[in-house]
Amino acid sequence: MGLSPASDRGAAHVEASGDGWFTTRLDFAVNWARAGSLWPMPFGTACCAIEFMSTAASRFDLARFGMERLSYSPRQADVLICAGRVPFKLAPVIRRIYQQMPQPKWVISMGACASTGGMFDNYAMVQGIDTIIPVDVYVPGCPPRPEALMHGILMLQKKVMGERMRDRSLHVEMEPDTESQLYIPPSRIDELSEPFGNSVHQTRSSP
Amino acid sequence: MSAPSAESESAVEQARRVAGTAVAMSSDAPASPRNVPHRGGPANPSALALAERYTRAVGRTDVMWGETTVFVDRSALHEIIGWLHDDPGQRYEYLSDITAVEYRDADRPIEVVWHLRSLFHRRFLRLKVGLPKQGALSVPSIVDIYSGANWLERECFDMFGIRFDGHPDLRRILMWEHYREGFPLRKDFPLRGRFSRAEQLKQALAADPEARYSMEELSIAQAFDSLPLDMRERLAARTNSAQVQTAPDREVGE
Repeated sequence: MGLSPASDRGAAHVEASGDGWFTTRLDFAVNWARAGSLWPMPFGTACCAIEFMSTAASRFDLARFGMERLSYSPRQADVLICAGRVPFKLAPVIRRIYQQMPQPKWVISMGACASTGGMFDNYAMVQGIDTIIPVDVYVPGCPPRPEALMHGILMLQKKVMGERMRDRSLHVEMEPDTESQLYIPPSRIDELSEPFGNSVHQTRSSP
Repeated sequence: MSAPSAESESAVEQARRVAGTAVAMSSDAPASPRNVPHRGGPANPSALALAERYTRAVGRTDVMWGETTVFVDRSALHEIIGWLHDDPGQRYEYLSDITAVEYRDADRPIEVVWHLRSLFHRRFLRLKVGLPKQGALSVPSIVDIYSGANWLERECFDMFGIRFDGHPDLRRILMWEHYREGFPLRKDFPLRGRFSRAEQLKQALAADPEARYSMEELSIAQAFDSLPLDMRERLAARTNSAQVQTAPDREVGE
């Protein structure tokens, strides 16, 4: 990560916060190690995956951010990058991949389709993967340029640098509802999946 | 086309007339850049041969953009396609596609479409069967003639709900096995599906992506004996439970 100004480092030692010097330095060291070696698990389903490949290749070089090794096995991955649209048929697959990743883990939703369903407001498409798994960073774009994905990765690294071991709400394994397998209430999913923009007019084949 | 209505002339006469139509084009008639007229033009010789051989089962013949469409009867379809495949004068050895068309006009029948291609004679032929919506939406399967028809017929069943009689394994292929919302490409199907998003997600997440794969379908089957014990047990249990589950939910659809 190199040397950055003290204000940017996250987990700074502030007397008033009640954290001791040792715990904040330990937080900093752990976060620094984690943020500097995030291994991505690419889940590429569409054109965003092409941009992801371009990001990982030599011109943009994802390895500069500690992502030297793309982990094609979820067991060794730290961050799931969902690049592309996710149909309902893939929903159990991405859910299982997420569950197979060990904690601590993060998720980047790359592109409009993964984040909201994008232009595919139809019977076959998940309206945003945040209805299936928790998402840390959304990267907008259709598809996002490699710079946009790298910006998202830098944002994720910043988020990682700000984490505290004392915070017990972080990295708790998601427990979906045993009956419905949903992890957020159905009413919230319907609200998140409401049509927006042009797509509210797409009703001409309704009975 | 300035033709008398299709009902008043026999199929053979009509096919003959279509086959013999000279490319009579005025300067303002629509045509492709390579001068293929929009309607009319020389028909595929197979259309005439079909009309002469299966007089009663062959309906009208259309030529549009140089491609020939023959409407045939459902009961003779299997025989006709078999003949087109086997006859040395036809040799339609390649099945391009099987699909269906539903028109917005509610009274118009659903049309099932077969695209056949003869690589030997360089011919393309489109066969259509009209299925009135009130009747049974079923046509004979041609998997025994073209084994490539297997997935095409499954897709057509999945999207339109058309049953292919005699298909060895007619189940959904694009949507998941337990999809309960109907047939997505039908005109009465709402674009977003019938259920709420939460319900759709719940049903999708309940699907076990591996449940329906038999041991034969997975390449792992050959290596079964060398797998670790726990994996062998898990796969065996899954195969057994999938077989038990298969029986009751064969009925897919509305």
